[in-house]
Amino acid sequence: MNEILRLENLRKSFGNVEVLKGIDLTVAKGEVVVLIGASGSGKSTMLRCINFMEIPTAGRIVLHGTPVGQKASGRINYVERELTGIRTRIGMVFQHFNLFPHMTVRENVMEGPRTVLKLKPEECMRRAESNLGKVGLGWKADSYPSQLSGGQQQRVAIARALAMEPEIMLFDEVTSALDPELVGEVLETMKELADDGMTMLIVTHELGFAYTVADRVLFLSDGTILEHGTPAEILTHPRQEATKNFLRGHNSFRLPEPQLD
Amino acid sequence: MGYEFDFSAVFTNWQLLLIGLRNSIILGVTCLTLGLSLGLVVGTMRYARAPVLNWPATAFIEVFRNTPVLVQIMWFFFAFPIISPFEINAFTAASLGLTLNTAAFSAEIFRAGIQSVERGQWEAGKALGMPYLDQLRRIVLPQAIRRMVPAFMNRAVELMKMTSLASVIAYGELMHKAKQISTLEFNPIEMYTSVALIFFVLIYPMALLVQRFELKLKDAVRS
Repeated sequence: MNEILRLENLRKSFGNVEVLKGIDLTVAKGEVVVLIGASGSGKSTMLRCINFMEIPTAGRIVLHGTPVGQKASGRINYVERELTGIRTRIGMVFQHFNLFPHMTVRENVMEGPRTVLKLKPEECMRRAESNLGKVGLGWKADSYPSQLSGGQQQRVAIARALAMEPEIMLFDEVTSALDPELVGEVLETMKELADDGMTMLIVTHELGFAYTVADRVLFLSDGTILEHGTPAEILTHPRQEATKNFLRGHNSFRLPEPQLD
Repeated sequence: MGYEFDFSAVFTNWQLLLIGLRNSIILGVTCLTLGLSLGLVVGTMRYARAPVLNWPATAFIEVFRNTPVLVQIMWFFFAFPIISPFEINAFTAASLGLTLNTAAFSAEIFRAGIQSVERGQWEAGKALGMPYLDQLRRIVLPQAIRRMVPAFMNRAVELMKMTSLASVIAYGELMHKAKQISTLEFNPIEMYTSVALIFFVLIYPMALLVQRFELKLKDAVRS
């Protein structure tokens, strides 16, 4: 296995509340890992620790074999400059898109390469064109985010993260804020990305998507990984009672196979 | 009321008044430029969580917002030279008072404006690998400043009016010139009426512009 990311006994507390209670995980290059679990189970926090949007309280994150931070007398010190560097290598897409409203779609995508990577204007432009093309929105390059549908905005946000040419992509409930009819286009974009071999960690409630695209599904409960395995193992043959309850909740109302042809 | 209005002395002294007006504008523009720049720095410090930044900024803002500008100007002119090794002229003293006052008020505008930008915007910049100052410079400030423009224009209007306070330390701005002329010509009514008019003609368009801008901003928010 070609390891790209490893979490070792990762812990995170907010004040007195321990949200992550020791997470161990190894992710291989090109792997698609989906995190599921009830709200408050720590999925988002776990994701946000990986690119240091939240600083872990304890434990280690190892990127490409290199541990992040310096160990000093039992705890780990993080230097902001190092974390900034880590974030340029890990892309993140948010629930609420967070596109920059004062920039056009093209400028949004160029912003990272330009301000952070300090690439030449032609190269920034090239990355914007190619990544907007990848998410099917090259024709919207000169629009402003407010002129786009939610689904389109989220696809631009994906292009913006991709323009940094990250090694790993993190998706934090990226379809939760979308109208149901717009969810498909975003999931489709993510599936193409997975097929291209991108390493992805995804927090989602779209279990059908998880079943189809994930290589591995983690079920988080109360700050720990309660159960993990292939999509079939976790989503159709769960062993833990908490996982079964979670899936029952998601499955209480469902359609018979709709005839769509 | 048997008073006969006689504006002729106003017109014969128009060159003096013009110099006064020019000096008023120079003082106003200088203090606006310096005050806004300093206000950005202080406002950013005020927004910061670190006490070393936040505490001095807060102290500065509270002192200059809660003392009269007239007192500040007098203090810089009469008291400051005694405790410092510098000679200070009327322009510098007036500039100091008005600049620091403008900085204190605009710092609060900057802070409120920065606070009005959603946290997700900072996060998006951070996730791209931007250091804090880049998040502020590239993402947050451009959005915040748009929302702050009407408040800043109001500050400019206030500042323009406050320049007349510099007359108390004999800086040769419009009000001071008017005082000089009226003592020579015994025409305070005509003189100060004219000064009021000149200020009105100067400031009213600015106030109209503020209103226009506020309406435009409201429309932008709605769409």
